[in-house]
Amino acid sequence: MPIEILMPALSPTMEEGTLSKWLKKEGDKVSSGDVIAEIETDKATMEVEAVDEGVIGKLLIAAGTEAVKVNTAIAVLLQDGESADDIGSAKPAPKAEEAAPAAANAEEPAKQAAAPVPAAPKSETPADPAIPAGTEMVTMTVREALRDAMAEEMRANDDVFVMGEEVAEYQGAYKITQGLLQEFGARRVVDTPITEHGFAGVGVGAAMAGLRPIVEFMTFNFAMQAIDQIINSAAKTLYMSGGQMGAPIVFRGPNGAAARVAAQHSQDYAAWYSHIPGLKVVMPYTAADAKGLLKAAIRDPNPVIFLENEILYGHSFEVPKLDDFVLPIGKARIHKIGKDATIVSFGIGMTYAVKAADELAKLGIDVEIIDLRTIRPMDLPTVIESVKKTGRLVTVEEGYPQSSVGTEIATRVMQQAFDYLDAPILTIAGKDVPMPYAANLEKLALPNVGEVVEAVKTVCYK
Amino acid sequence: MAPRKSASVSGRKTTAKPAKKDFTGGTIAEFDRDQELGAYREMLLIRRFEEKAGQLYGMGFIGGFCHLYIGQEAVVVGMQMALKEGDQVITGYRDHGHMLATGMTARGVMAELTGRRGGYSRGKGGSMHMFSKEKNFYGGHGIVGAQVSLGTGLAFANRYRGNDNVSLAYFGDGAANQGQVYESFNMAALWKLPCIYIIENNRYAMGTSVARASAGVDFSQRGSAIGIPGFQVDGMDVRAVKAAGDEAVEHCRSGKGPIILEMQTYRYRGHSMSDPAKYRSKDEVQKMRSEHDPIEQVRARLIEKGWASEDDLKAIDKDVRDIVADSADFAQSDPEPDVSELYTDILI
Repeated sequence: MPIEILMPALSPTMEEGTLSKWLKKEGDKVSSGDVIAEIETDKATMEVEAVDEGVIGKLLIAAGTEAVKVNTAIAVLLQDGESADDIGSAKPAPKAEEAAPAAANAEEPAKQAAAPVPAAPKSETPADPAIPAGTEMVTMTVREALRDAMAEEMRANDDVFVMGEEVAEYQGAYKITQGLLQEFGARRVVDTPITEHGFAGVGVGAAMAGLRPIVEFMTFNFAMQAIDQIINSAAKTLYMSGGQMGAPIVFRGPNGAAARVAAQHSQDYAAWYSHIPGLKVVMPYTAADAKGLLKAAIRDPNPVIFLENEILYGHSFEVPKLDDFVLPIGKARIHKIGKDATIVSFGIGMTYAVKAADELAKLGIDVEIIDLRTIRPMDLPTVIESVKKTGRLVTVEEGYPQSSVGTEIATRVMQQAFDYLDAPILTIAGKDVPMPYAANLEKLALPNVGEVVEAVKTVCYK
Repeated sequence: MAPRKSASVSGRKTTAKPAKKDFTGGTIAEFDRDQELGAYREMLLIRRFEEKAGQLYGMGFIGGFCHLYIGQEAVVVGMQMALKEGDQVITGYRDHGHMLATGMTARGVMAELTGRRGGYSRGKGGSMHMFSKEKNFYGGHGIVGAQVSLGTGLAFANRYRGNDNVSLAYFGDGAANQGQVYESFNMAALWKLPCIYIIENNRYAMGTSVARASAGVDFSQRGSAIGIPGFQVDGMDVRAVKAAGDEAVEHCRSGKGPIILEMQTYRYRGHSMSDPAKYRSKDEVQKMRSEHDPIEQVRARLIEKGWASEDDLKAIDKDVRDIVADSADFAQSDPEPDVSELYTDILI
């Protein structure tokens, strides 16, 4: 059966074009790859190559014809043993009646818009495991808790390894990996060159091959060099592969402001990473959460961003002495029960919230504090339950104010619990400036306890 | 191509070894009849597949970007012949040929191109993002150069596990100027990772010729400062590619670290489907097609040696066309993904 050659689309947006020139005439033999015509689009002149072999039986569109619609038959190709008499029975190559679903859809925008968009699935996160009565509580720093979490997981699974700058012989720039080289050796505690983009990619590749890398960034400020690998490779591969392969990897390190390290070393990335589907984002405050959540992150089959804080490294908290203390990612923790207003915070933001609660108690205001712990997936139900009780909400974080985690919480609480709110939600964040170096300016750029106290008083109309 | 003598640097000691001297480069593998026929068939499958993909793109069945591999077939087919079970392959966005060479099915690849549920990524990846765990094909990456770090990570995993598998990281002359390529080279050399870096130099990074983008155009020497050996290969001759692949694989498997192969090749089609190709002459393209075509070279040898008749080759051609036609039919009739797929495979 003769084959119809159709007007091709040569870009994602082309709908028609000018058939400017035929390079073959009727009776010419063509083989695959031969240029048979030139067509002109709004962007360029392009060549049309033959796909099938045969003899040009008939040119259906004259050279110079304008506005030839995509998928119009422009010529008929005869196969071995066929003659011009067979042209009437030409079959489009391939089935024209099914051609161009995209174009068909474009004509029916209403129908398309009406197609139901499936709802985003809701997932249930289990509550924290109960700590058996009589469990010994050990006071330890966040630093020690993080190291213990890694050491325990490395003992349990040979596929877990840690890589990053100064993690091995130097014992960690902030001593989080102290002792790991001695226990696990250079195979599993890998010093990298200063090459964030490269080693982030190497980590993701190793994870795609099934290993469980913990990639330490000396600070998340340096991870900006690696953010393409974190987002485009780690976060998206599971989706792009239709679930075939993903990247079970933890990116961890200090995040946010430390002290007097100025603009390039003082940024909080909680909101940045929380924007990305395919990532989990954890930002603990206490040592127990740091330990339980890092262990969970290392076991998680998904890429997890684990945001620590240099100032919190030295803070001490009680940690239950259990063989395997693992906490659920995606579950907030009620740090303090209260009834008058809700403060939601996470990471070092909690230090302002906790101090503000003490001040407010003196004023007779009893606040509930929720430590979000995980930024993505966000445990909004716990926040909303609290807001239903208190009717007032203040968020606290050190990151920039625009598109912050607080503005996200405010939006969703407004949409889902509007009727329970007795006052506008207030968001306390860092100021909208690069972090200054001067001590007095740096202090001004960060949130402070007074601001949190004032915000809570405002939402309580006091 | 004969190995070039490494230039002597007068009066200075360098720690990096002269890269090429241990390698012959330029070797042509002796193929037996089965190898010639196998290579012919594999390359033809890629070519016919890509021609069909171009046609389906023209009809609106394939959307977005579509980068065809026509002209470069000998590279992936020759390299694949040098591999063993468990060796991994990763590449950039011009990836259809690599997938077919690793044994992924024409149906699965074509259906992914049309965004259907039977595609390798269930329609969610498209031309540039396809994977097959079963065939050890790790993508399919749309960010130029990203696959080089990822491929180095695959090699890291092999070394970590203590197996003797190698990873092949393919990238183009354009990607060869990305920073993370050199970050990866450095780590691979430092840790002696079994990674073969295959630079497919097809002379043009989109529309920019090598000479307009690269201060040094011998890509095989891009690792010489850190002691990574490399050599140039006639990437239009599948036997030369196979011989280079054998040497490179032997080097990596024996624990000597990474190696760079610069495959000198050529793409006949534009960078993507909407490329008017004004940056090169028609004569240049025609000359490559008529004098260096990788498939015609094998075809001519098969006929000359009497290993296949015209009819034999026609039968192979028909067989290949049938596979491609079947994949195109499947890719057009297979349904689009169910709408519930929108929210699957984001997290495990």
